[in-house]
Amino acid sequence: MIRSQILRDIAPILKGHLVVCNIGIPSQELHAIADQPSNFYMLGTMGLASSIGLGLALVQPKPVVAIDGDGSVLTNLGSLPTIANNPAANFILLVIDNGSYGSTGDQPTYAGRKTSLAKVAEACGCEGVIECQAEDTARVLQEALDSQEMTVIICKCASGNAKEPVITMDPVVIRDRFMKAAQA
Amino acid sequence: MDIHTQIVDDLVANDIGFVTTVPCKQLAGVIAELETRSDILHVPANKEDEGMGLCAGAFMGGTRPAIIMQNTALGVTINTLATLIQYYRMPLPMLISYRGELGEPIACQVEMAIHTKALLAQLQIPTYHFHHRADAQELGAILKYTFMCNKPVAVLTDATFWGGY
Ligand SMILES: [Mg+2]
Repeated sequence: MIRSQILRDIAPILKGHLVVCNIGIPSQELHAIADQPSNFYMLGTMGLASSIGLGLALVQPKPVVAIDGDGSVLTNLGSLPTIANNPAANFILLVIDNGSYGSTGDQPTYAGRKTSLAKVAEACGCEGVIECQAEDTARVLQEALDSQEMTVIICKCASGNAKEPVITMDPVVIRDRFMKAAQA
Repeated sequence: MDIHTQIVDDLVANDIGFVTTVPCKQLAGVIAELETRSDILHVPANKEDEGMGLCAGAFMGGTRPAIIMQNTALGVTINTLATLIQYYRMPLPMLISYRGELGEPIACQVEMAIHTKALLAQLQIPTYHFHHRADAQELGAILKYTFMCNKPVAVLTDATFWGGY
């Protein structure tokens, strides 16, 4: 399974939830599959989906799902200790770990070689770290939401991208409708 | 009133409820004061761009954020300022220790000091420079201005302002 199939699987679970989605093709795929006002699409800042998601989860009670990638987590590894030491029960970090930089031509990441992001997250102090296979993501995500405990999901999947259009929505529109959904 | 209390009082009076910090010796007193306040959630960050991500999330969750950082880290935040904070039009007060100015004992700090105002100007970030203690009386107005215009706004605080090293 590749990322876009996982996103199709979890789209019904994400419905109505606050979702912060990683830059590039992940956001394009989520936008094409299941656009909703409570999706925040990152258009230009690699690595910060987990940080934005944590900040959001810490200040308000609704569940927040940050959809990140292995390459993006590697670019902002400092986020994992911050997540571990400032736990938010309403925060789920879902790392779609396809072992490659999907938006830039599927170059391999170190997460696809010797580095285990699940072990990194645990070593950083994160509790509730679950590594799963792509097929199990929907179940694991639903269980994480039901548990009402902070969860870091490392979802191992195949590398590859669906061909979806670039997001042309204005960033201020994305932000405005997202904030209205957060405050609804 | 000491300056650290005064600064944190201004943050609280302007409804700032989330502050992220990457420490600087000059800002140690402010960071210590933050820790004593129950109306501010203080989340230390490991890097300044990460901190700006946290602030963006807090803002979208309905809480006014601020970041406390050192000017030497401005370089690592350029992309985040341009493509997240400015692109999505988010307010962000940046309380910055302005290392490398008069009284600086470490020569290397000067190397980023000489680029600091130029980088902020290039990014069209409104910038205020606290040099004398009395300059801090404008902080409240600067915070109101930041949340009025939905922009990142920089407040540079130098060694003379903090009373030396
Ligand atoms: Mg990847």
